[in-house]
Amino acid sequence: MLLAISAAAAEPRSGYQDASPATRAMQDDDTTNPGFLWVQQGEAIWHEHGGTTGKSCADCHGDAAAMRGVAARYPAYNVTLGHPLTLEQRINLSRTADQGAEAFAPEGDTLLAITAFVGLQSRGMPMAVSPDGPARPYYENGQRLFQTRMGQLNLSCQQCHDDFAGKRLAGALIPQGHPNGYPLYRLEWQGMGSLYRRIRNCITGVRGEPFAVDSPDLVDLELFLGVRATGLVVETPAVRP
Amino acid sequence: MARVLINIPKEARKGEVIEIKVLISHPMESGQRRTDSGQVIPRKIINKFVCTWNGDEVLSVDLFPAIAANPFLSFFAVADVSGTISMTWVDDDGATQTELASITVT
Repeated sequence: MLLAISAAAAEPRSGYQDASPATRAMQDDDTTNPGFLWVQQGEAIWHEHGGTTGKSCADCHGDAAAMRGVAARYPAYNVTLGHPLTLEQRINLSRTADQGAEAFAPEGDTLLAITAFVGLQSRGMPMAVSPDGPARPYYENGQRLFQTRMGQLNLSCQQCHDDFAGKRLAGALIPQGHPNGYPLYRLEWQGMGSLYRRIRNCITGVRGEPFAVDSPDLVDLELFLGVRATGLVVETPAVRP
Repeated sequence: MARVLINIPKEARKGEVIEIKVLISHPMESGQRRTDSGQVIPRKIINKFVCTWNGDEVLSVDLFPAIAANPFLSFFAVADVSGTISMTWVDDDGATQTELASITVT
């Protein structure tokens, strides 16, 4: 089993590689990828003036290309707050603290849109989430959660996504569960969704109680997943079945 | 207004076959689903799409409830004259959305 885990860790496999040719084609062509509907909305938000400062994202950050590489390293430790933040939380922090505007609702279309737009700037870059330095204890907590059995089915993330990745759960292939394409367009959802939504799906699937949307544990788990995906490239906005 | 992605070449040679690709954000609610309390969610789909080239119809489509959310259409047309390609989506509630694209044929 140890051997299997180290093999999985050495060769991370993106969900893209296991998607059907039709789904892959949909992701490959920006004109057919429905995620770009959200990217388009995100680009508009980037230039939208708002809040008490009346500034837009572009006023401070300039061209969106300045965001290149950002999505690849999130979740990341925030020195001011003293704990890690997901990309969504970081965007909302900038929105409330710098722009003086109201935070975007979690899971809402606007937050998905701006996150997808920022994420797109890093597309093709290697995942570079850091488990080192002050992020270490949070990473370790995320790893612990990944290995913790949950729910009435009493399964951990690891049991499916490390030990049985590549095998099948009923008709569906079990992916390794990497976060490199989020937020992504899922055909089953008929819409865009965050990594949190996907994790919530999994946890309700094992009949457990999902993390609260603002739970620090959730950030730690996302941080661990980000590090675990080292070796893959950012695919945002990906398309998955 | 719904968000739309349109992909049409800006230029084409006369007689060239061009591909027109359009994607619109829409829930395409089938009318078959129910809420948790058993209420039927009313049908709300795009039921018609029309594409014209300088007013001449290129494609007219009737859409039905089995079509997925955010419908994507791809079709071909022969470039003949420069002008405006107009695309109109008609919603069940009567709302329409029209998007225009210009093309130069040489």
